[in-house]
Amino acid sequence: MSQRSSIPLIEAADVSKRFAGRFGRESTLALAGLSLAIDAETPSIIAVVGESGSGKTTLARLLLGLAEPSGGTVRYRGTDLRRLGHAERLAFRRDVQAIFQDPYGVYNPFYRVDHVLWTPVRRFRLAGTRTAARELIGTALRAVGLRPEEILGRFPHQLSGGQRQRVMVARALLLRPKLIVADEPVSMVDASLRATILASLRQLKDEHGISIVYITHDLATAYQVSDKILVLYRAHVVEAGAIEQVVDAPQHPYTQLLISAIPRAETGRQWLASEDGRRAGPPVGDAGCCFADRCPQVRAGCLNRPPGLHRTAPQRAVACVLYREHPALLADALPEVLSDNGAVTGSAAPIPPRFV
Amino acid sequence: MTVEQSGPVLQVECLRVAFEHPRGLVRAVDDVSFSLLPGERFGLAGESGSGKSTLALAILRMIKPPGHIEAGDVRFLGASLAGLDDERIRALRLAGIALVPQGSMNSLNPVLRIGHQIADAFVDHGLRLGREETEGRIAALLSEVGLPASVARMYPHELSGGMKQRACIAIAICLRPKVIIADEPTSALDVVVQRQVMATLARVQRDLGAAVILIGHDMGLMAQFVDRLGVMYAGRLVELAPIDKIIARPRHPYTRALIASLPSLERRSTLAGIPGLAPSLLELPAGCAFHPRCGLAVERCRRERPAVRQIEDAAVACHLA
Repeated sequence: MSQRSSIPLIEAADVSKRFAGRFGRESTLALAGLSLAIDAETPSIIAVVGESGSGKTTLARLLLGLAEPSGGTVRYRGTDLRRLGHAERLAFRRDVQAIFQDPYGVYNPFYRVDHVLWTPVRRFRLAGTRTAARELIGTALRAVGLRPEEILGRFPHQLSGGQRQRVMVARALLLRPKLIVADEPVSMVDASLRATILASLRQLKDEHGISIVYITHDLATAYQVSDKILVLYRAHVVEAGAIEQVVDAPQHPYTQLLISAIPRAETGRQWLASEDGRRAGPPVGDAGCCFADRCPQVRAGCLNRPPGLHRTAPQRAVACVLYREHPALLADALPEVLSDNGAVTGSAAPIPPRFV
Repeated sequence: MTVEQSGPVLQVECLRVAFEHPRGLVRAVDDVSFSLLPGERFGLAGESGSGKSTLALAILRMIKPPGHIEAGDVRFLGASLAGLDDERIRALRLAGIALVPQGSMNSLNPVLRIGHQIADAFVDHGLRLGREETEGRIAALLSEVGLPASVARMYPHELSGGMKQRACIAIAICLRPKVIIADEPTSALDVVVQRQVMATLARVQRDLGAAVILIGHDMGLMAQFVDRLGVMYAGRLVELAPIDKIIARPRHPYTRALIASLPSLERRSTLAGIPGLAPSLLELPAGCAFHPRCGLAVERCRRERPAVRQIEDAAVACHLA
């Protein structure tokens, strides 16, 4: 399917972002040569998982055109974001929507909630009449499980955090976008509501054909909603692939650490006991592996040579020397690993045998 | 061993906290009772608004108007706190019962070095130490929570989230309390750092022989950390039992829903949220407060508020348990 040579909706080609150091400090590498493509035809949910400072929000900002890459390009339907004409830019703004972490910060407390819903309707002329607009807004709210009569006319402080975040999902839905970049959409809501919001994201993909880049530090929710995953550590992709393969049998030592650190509601208590006390030290630098200072399986070579990506299965790539017998994968070929290749997404396909 | 030491270190007895509201009295904590044994790890779980944090503040008598403690008592080492004057209560905070408030890692004073903020606690509690002894104690505290001594000279912005949270634990234990109340200590941290911070808390708690009350909504974290768990809903304790019993056989439908809402790593399935919203405390439903969201509710649940019953190891407030 993806071999149809269609132009991706959004394509990040070898993008990196470096923040200049100020006051004589060294510059910070926030994202190192990442490639990602969002197919225009086949919707999918890609989770970008990493700890704070791993570069996941930087990636979101680059995809949304809110920041410019220091290297590489982000393209919208084949055109560099920096070179979009007026009409293209408007189309981009409509096709690609954002949902942010803080459902409190995006509202103006002096306006009723209606304001955030009416603004896109007016700006993008989504409806011809007021009645049609009201109908449209009502439909969008109902699509995320809200009752319009309970929401409209209220002020932001009168809604719960979960309701506010779902209004943002409804707002994104109004524009019928092709892609939603959701940056930690549920990290500030309760566990019980989290499930409801994530289910509505999943629904956006299944019923409305919208792709989602789901940015989170929570691997368990990523597992529940996503088809594919990119694990970031200190600006680098350490592991990528189909989510079930990665979570069921993580290959990179960092992914393994991430999964073992999730506390589970089980009676056998292993969690605290298996804490190895190893803390992140100063980064090894661009010369070595970004995880070397914390890695339980570190070896001498890790400190002075970046591991590079290895393709351990058709839909998996790992940046670790432990897998160096697998074919090397150029960083810009990563989208190939994350593309569907005709496979049915979300199915429990057996893990293909490794080819050595 | 004296009798006091083998008995509970903290007893909360029928505690009620109410807030004045233009539309009536809001009861944020309603008839909550539990006791805490020395060295025990006790969890309080529930959604936001269930009264967990208010309960923590009430234990320390830190409820501010328009709220007040309406009824009930808290006993620390057997002695009632209700009769203590403000000065005695102030001395007890931190020295007897230490609170690590929600978001405390972001409330460290940004313009004071960490060492200075720990020393403030000594000064406030009337400890007159020489400079060398103060520095020695600060270094020892930092090493207890796994931070290098150099952190004493650093400002909060120079520390990572996990380091800040460990600094807050260092402040909490600086006067060797018997009870540490930690309100969502790791909610802003990623899982790897969360485990490091919880391991640190477990270690200092063991070393001090202190009891811990952990407040949060992550049932996975509760399962892995606490010995006993109290589940709160709309200001009441609806289930209280040893944690392995709760995980193996949750008896209250709300406890089951809380556990089910935790995303699984074994099985991709439809995510199970808890339907509906937590009720407004101003208009609590009649009968069991959970009945509008409960899939099992029967007529009796709509009429009659369930009393807490003891079933084997568990105390449960549900007609159907």
